Amino acid sequence: MADPKGPKADVKAVMDERAGAAVAQKRRAALLRTIGLGVGFLALVLVVNALAHGNFLEPQNLTNVLRQITLNAILAVGQTFVIITAGIDLSVGSIVGLCSVVMTLVANTLNLGGPGTFVVTLLVGLAVGCAAGWVNALPVVRLGLPPFITTLAMMQVARGLALILAHGQPIPLANSAPFDWLGTGYLFSGIPGFPGISWQVLVMAVVAIVFAILLGRTAFGRYVLALGGNEEAARLAGIDTRRVKTLVYVISGGCAAIGGMLLMARFQSGNPVNGTGAELQCIAAVVVGGTSLMGGRGTIVGTFFGALLIGVLNNVMNLLAIESYTQQIVLGAVILLAVVLDELRKRYLAAR
Amino acid sequence: MTAAAQPAPLLRMTGIVKTFPGVRALDGVSFEVNVGEVHALVGENGAGKSTLMKILAGAQPADSGEIDVDGKRVVIDGPRTAERLGIGMIYQEFNLVPDLGVIENIVLGVEPRHGIFLDKPAAAREAAKVLGELGIALPLDHSARRLSVAEQQLTEIAKCLVRKARLIVMDEPTAALTERETDALFALIRKLKAQNVAFVYISHRLEELPRIADRITVLRDGKAIETRPAAQMPQDDVIRLMVGRSLEAHFPDLPPVAPDAPIVLDVRDVSAASGVRVNDVAFQVHAGEIVGLAGLVGAGRTEIVRAIAGADVPTKGEIHVDGARVVVRSPRGAIRAGIALITEDRKAQGLVLGMTVRENTTLAHLGQFVRGLFVDKAAETQATNTEIAELRIRTPSAEQTVRNLSGGNQQKVVLAKWLIGHARVFLFDEPTRGIDIGAKAEIYALMVELLRGGAAIVMVSSELPEVLGMSHRVLVVRGGAIRAEFARGDATPDKVIAVATGMAALRQAQGRL
Repeated sequence: MADPKGPKADVKAVMDERAGAAVAQKRRAALLRTIGLGVGFLALVLVVNALAHGNFLEPQNLTNVLRQITLNAILAVGQTFVIITAGIDLSVGSIVGLCSVVMTLVANTLNLGGPGTFVVTLLVGLAVGCAAGWVNALPVVRLGLPPFITTLAMMQVARGLALILAHGQPIPLANSAPFDWLGTGYLFSGIPGFPGISWQVLVMAVVAIVFAILLGRTAFGRYVLALGGNEEAARLAGIDTRRVKTLVYVISGGCAAIGGMLLMARFQSGNPVNGTGAELQCIAAVVVGGTSLMGGRGTIVGTFFGALLIGVLNNVMNLLAIESYTQQIVLGAVILLAVVLDELRKRYLAAR
Repeated sequence: MTAAAQPAPLLRMTGIVKTFPGVRALDGVSFEVNVGEVHALVGENGAGKSTLMKILAGAQPADSGEIDVDGKRVVIDGPRTAERLGIGMIYQEFNLVPDLGVIENIVLGVEPRHGIFLDKPAAAREAAKVLGELGIALPLDHSARRLSVAEQQLTEIAKCLVRKARLIVMDEPTAALTERETDALFALIRKLKAQNVAFVYISHRLEELPRIADRITVLRDGKAIETRPAAQMPQDDVIRLMVGRSLEAHFPDLPPVAPDAPIVLDVRDVSAASGVRVNDVAFQVHAGEIVGLAGLVGAGRTEIVRAIAGADVPTKGEIHVDGARVVVRSPRGAIRAGIALITEDRKAQGLVLGMTVRENTTLAHLGQFVRGLFVDKAAETQATNTEIAELRIRTPSAEQTVRNLSGGNQQKVVLAKWLIGHARVFLFDEPTRGIDIGAKAEIYALMVELLRGGAAIVMVSSELPEVLGMSHRVLVVRGGAIRAEFARGDATPDKVIAVATGMAALRQAQGRL
């Protein structure tokens, strides 16, 4: 500091050298991880494919897997934000059900023509989902209540509301035309030999990419991670921690609304029991994807692969005709194993 | 009562060494307690008292050194072992379970049983017996939550006695007691002494030591400096031994404050009510000036700077920066006004340990690095690398996780976070706690650098030499209010400690009598 040029240059040189070493070490760790995962995955796929008589790698089956994970992956994306702040959102499954019912009712009363009906329905659904998230967050940021409690309450309330609104029955969509493309449509299905890409899968991809960028590239994403890592330090750094916390629950509720829309479009009805149990499924995907329940750490890419892993597993077990009770046991074991392996890997890296 | 009168002391700790990253907390400390003795342990904050007692209580292992109880070598590998050896520990923050009753708390962990069931009548009998012997009454049917501080303390003492403790360590037992409660506590201690219970008595209230202590040991910088019978250790000697080291050791020359330097920070009658109550604190800091806040732990110094920085919202008063009133309702408002708080506990409040050096450095001013919608990582890295070079942060790269840095380098990352924001007012709360001498010197040099840039600095420090060596003016805080102000030349250790411990007020009162 006293001598402006000399020592600084020295320090820079030393730093560059060290930086090189650190980067090399990081790359090594990343490479190790990628190779390990890649080899394991490839071996698994080949074994499974052989066991399933080649059915697994059929293009039709692969697109099925992707379509089956859409709901879980979308919910898991929102859940990732909440869990990074060391919170939890148990209400997403019920919000899916509530939104699918509300959107069906809205669509059935509207007479705006295709695109108009679609847009208004979507906006109303998003508003309901986001509002539910906002209500979840209110007692958390104002009174410091545990999110486990507030979202547990919302889980009950939203489901109850859905059942009341729908009189306990699925409501058929009077005119499903504005939603059919989203429910059952495929993009590029004209190409021979290529099954096309389901619009549902495309929506999932867009949601995942948009939120991956939000988390990884924007100031808001950084604040979410900082808040999860050390809330007090984040507050003292001038971050409006209440607002950030509120927004993560709003995001989670919004993702649930999108999930509700997909289900409504696909089944051409609003079913009040849509999304039952989905909250735990998506939490599993988030955790398998390497997000820490303690907060402060997590990625959307990880979450996506967590959801994919669970989806592939389900699909494979179906192809192998494994009985559904056994499937549950395997799934539980895999969730535990994934987290244990992640913990061991972290300890191994920390020990060096 | 002298050591020679006893064949083997109740407790003998020999050559205890304990090192934390970057600091040697205990450097070969030897310490003895005789049967039925009250042995006072005094020293500045950070001298090593708590660490020594934690080792004794089995809360932390020593790196090396020996402990003998009744002349027999022991290994204290956990709280249970300490308990079995008859060592009881009463922390300043009590360890009662708030929702359990007094009796349940007293017998917690040693509950009398009938097979697998709790024997409640036996527990009540046992608690009553201990309390009866002490001649104290406690509302046995209350939960611990409803007890007064003094009652909680008595419960803690009873807890030790049920466990047959022969040595009770008390950390600042009178800090929260009224005068009458203190008298009652001393009477109780004397009674237990007569039953051969010994005490290690940790206190900052030097004036009470002659009333209760048999011997006094002074710790300084992790070393036991001297042990003497209390009668031969006047308070002035205690203070001299506590402070001890030469002040000019490693402090840079402070540039004098220009006579016409403008007022940068103007604190007008600020009060706050989080933690220690802050009452009508008013002071001003000029450009290029360091004002030191001295005082004991719990005096309210941290609360004062937190109120200025909006970490706690003040209940009353005004804060002006460069002549403009600042509405401080949140840390964000204070940061916008150019106020930076470098918190006392960097791990809990200053850093996100799991994030990188870069992410921590830019956290408070991330807006500077946003281009369009996205954070510009290249710009962040560049700014961070500049700070790394500037502050000589020893880190492999800007991408290193802060958790992996040493204490001194972590503290520099905290500083880097505020330096990139061009703040006008820097509030340093214990800026050099737990970091090594080299890093300390660098932080002092940085403070001088900030002064040259016209910043105003407020520094809270429990290290007296640091306050005296690095302040243009010293304000002494006690009970959440400023009790005295000393100019640099007038601030001597004994004057400051006298005000901080309330001895000055005591002497004045005695003078009046």
